[in-house]
Amino acid sequence: MKGVEMAKNALLIEYEYCTGCHTCEVACKQEHNFPVGKCGIKLNEIITEGSNKVRIDYLPFPTEFCDLCAARTKIGEKPACVKHCQASIMWHGSIPELAKLMEKKPRSVIFAPRAAFDISPTV
Amino acid sequence: MKEDTIVQTGVWSAGPGCHGGCGVKLHIKDGKVVKVEGDEDHPWSQGRECPRLLALTQYMYHPDRVLHPLKRIGRRGEGKWERISWDEAYDTIEQKFKDIRDKFGAESVIFCQGTGRDIGGPISLLAYAYGSPNWTSLGLSAVSCYTPRLLAMYATFGNYAVLDASQFLEKRYNDPQWKVPKCIIVWAQNPPPTCPDGFFGHWVVDCMKRGSELIVVDPRTTWMASRAKMHLQIRPGTDGALALGMLNVIINEGLYDKEFVDKWTYGFDELKKRVQEYQPEKVAEITWIPKEKIAEAARYYASSKPAAIQWGIPIDANPQGDVVATAITHLWCITGNLDVPGGNVIARSSHGVVPYPFTHDEVKELYGDELFMKLSDRRIGAQRYPAVKNFRAWTQPDVVLEQIESGHPYPVKAAWIQTSNPIACMALDSKRHYNALKKLDFIVVVDLFQTPTSMALADIFLPAATFPEKESLRTWWSPLEVTTKAVEVGECKSDWEINLELARRLSAKPIPHKTVKELLDSRLKVAGKSFDEVVAKGGWEMEKEGPSVPYKRWEKGQLRRDGKPGFNTPTGKVELWSKFYEQCGLDPLPYYEEPATSPVSTPELAKEYPLILDTGRRSPVFFHSEHRQIPWLRELDPDPTVEISPKTAVEVGVADGEWVYVENQKGKVKARARIRPTVPPWMVMIAHGWWLPETEGREPHLFGIWEYNVNNLLEMGHQSSSGFGGGNYKSNLCRISKIED
Repeated sequence: MKGVEMAKNALLIEYEYCTGCHTCEVACKQEHNFPVGKCGIKLNEIITEGSNKVRIDYLPFPTEFCDLCAARTKIGEKPACVKHCQASIMWHGSIPELAKLMEKKPRSVIFAPRAAFDISPTV
Repeated sequence: MKEDTIVQTGVWSAGPGCHGGCGVKLHIKDGKVVKVEGDEDHPWSQGRECPRLLALTQYMYHPDRVLHPLKRIGRRGEGKWERISWDEAYDTIEQKFKDIRDKFGAESVIFCQGTGRDIGGPISLLAYAYGSPNWTSLGLSAVSCYTPRLLAMYATFGNYAVLDASQFLEKRYNDPQWKVPKCIIVWAQNPPPTCPDGFFGHWVVDCMKRGSELIVVDPRTTWMASRAKMHLQIRPGTDGALALGMLNVIINEGLYDKEFVDKWTYGFDELKKRVQEYQPEKVAEITWIPKEKIAEAARYYASSKPAAIQWGIPIDANPQGDVVATAITHLWCITGNLDVPGGNVIARSSHGVVPYPFTHDEVKELYGDELFMKLSDRRIGAQRYPAVKNFRAWTQPDVVLEQIESGHPYPVKAAWIQTSNPIACMALDSKRHYNALKKLDFIVVVDLFQTPTSMALADIFLPAATFPEKESLRTWWSPLEVTTKAVEVGECKSDWEINLELARRLSAKPIPHKTVKELLDSRLKVAGKSFDEVVAKGGWEMEKEGPSVPYKRWEKGQLRRDGKPGFNTPTGKVELWSKFYEQCGLDPLPYYEEPATSPVSTPELAKEYPLILDTGRRSPVFFHSEHRQIPWLRELDPDPTVEISPKTAVEVGVADGEWVYVENQKGKVKARARIRPTVPPWMVMIAHGWWLPETEGREPHLFGIWEYNVNNLLEMGHQSSSGFGGGNYKSNLCRISKIED
């Protein structure tokens, strides 16, 4: 429809339940056959110390090489990381859809990597 | 071979290494697996997969994989091998094994397995066909992996049980029969990195999302501990005291399920009397957990309905590990959480099909009562330990090592080592095992890659298949599931195929099955199915009714052979005072024993080595000593590490990422410091199973095991009074020092 922009797709990650299992990274590598050193998603570990409690959070970050698995989503498949995530904490969808879902998910984040905007990779 | 196609199959390592039963879709092109995708319709994994499974193509087609049988042509450890045919390999092994049997008796050959693969089926088939009672997990001190917990459960209620994450129901979390456990005690385990004891680790996460509150018992702050309602930061090796302290609170405050205890347990008064010795004050002193927290955890667990306990291998490694497991078993029994929805549900092989025997009854059924009884007397360790004679058909590995060294009461002449890399992994005192095994006349290793064990010891190397290259069967515990052969790689063969062929050649009684499929069909007969029928249904089937389906089976008479209500024990009740233990000449009630090496029991040693040395933390990308050569996995966990608290790091002058020595009275190994506040300042955690496949494999280097394998610092011989449990992997002492350039 002219004048109406297609909603952009993104990833919702509910990091409250991300266990840091590295599944997303290896799923991405298998899908794209990336060599060692290159990946479309990278897991981060964040350790926070309170007065007498330590908290561990894990957060996967889609890198410059994330193409939101265009080849998979075109044929109706979920992105490789979303499908295989062992904690089932990743969703792929349009930003408005994901934002709605996010309202029920404390400790979550929406990532719109460059591929969502059809921008070329810089590395 | 099919090409450009998708094969739906059930997983059981080799490949991911673990005992998980994930459902996958293998993408095949030109006879090769090119991609692994999760199978969304499979009830076990529901489309999810782990990193090790997603890196399968790098594992299957790794340039270092051994693709045909080899024989050693140089000295042991020299790394000189010659390719031979399968016929030559089988002929050589047949001849050698028959010679040894003639001269020394079949018991002089030990059949050694590690964990991983569907190994229990094929290796017990071969050992019993040959006539040896010595089926063993060589090097695994006191079989301290699940067997002590199995013994505890068997002695207490005559079956095994697991956390109910709806895994026995086809609709899983949507089945209306299932209830969310209100409270889960995650006791001595970090479930997400692996799928321990055939349990999908993330099922606990599924429960958390549905409302389960956690109590985590762990010396480290794991991810789950940081999300838990309560974290009990326990001193390693003292889990028994904690369990007894919790029983004390629950019993003295009347928080147990009185109706269940009155009607279905035996020995409650004796237990009540025993736990009076474990008041929370005393337990706090032993465990270093504040007494208020112990009482609060006990009250929360007992008042949550339903509640479940998910436990791990450190339980087995406690002093008297089986006794510790017994005390924990009593917790779920007296609170009425046994075999109820969302509790600890009784687990039995799906459809009653037994590919991998877990009980001595199953071993008897497979190989015959008469042979079993005849061999049991000669099993290594059976004379010293009645439980070794009467439970599970395993040898006692600490005694196996002594017997290889001493030759008494009979000599050990040969070893069949399959799915195991003991000197780089589970064997404590690695050098002692290495020296002992070097004495043997003949050693066969069946593996996928050359390892320190095969390099140092093998005379014949047989190349094993990964799961997409084989036919197999899994019923641990549910669903019934088959593995379908999709491709071939080199001349590799499955463990089933190798062992069936040799069993046929060595067995006194003819073995009727000509092919693996015929053998698997015979195992499936009890379910009234054939292998091909299960394949045609998509590769798995969930049992709908029968004794393998929950719940409350003791009321329905589904647990006892005589069909009467009750439990499969001598009294027909849950035995809090165990007749089985009494018959073995053991204390029928649980008790606590201090670790042999600890700041409490060896204070002089602790002055020199002030840190508690704990080992065995799980990596999400490796299975024990496996996968170090897989590029996508090694990248994520590149070095052997030791986790040190920031406070301790300052004291010893070490920065994050620096190399250190971990040292004790037995020697030292190298590791990279990982400084995190998730470890308490009084201990360090060092990763196990490390060797460097990219370095020199020949002796004396052996891929670096003498430098990096922490088990060089630990010793055998701490087994429980039962023989099962107590392998000291978890409570030792050490000091840390920076390696100066």
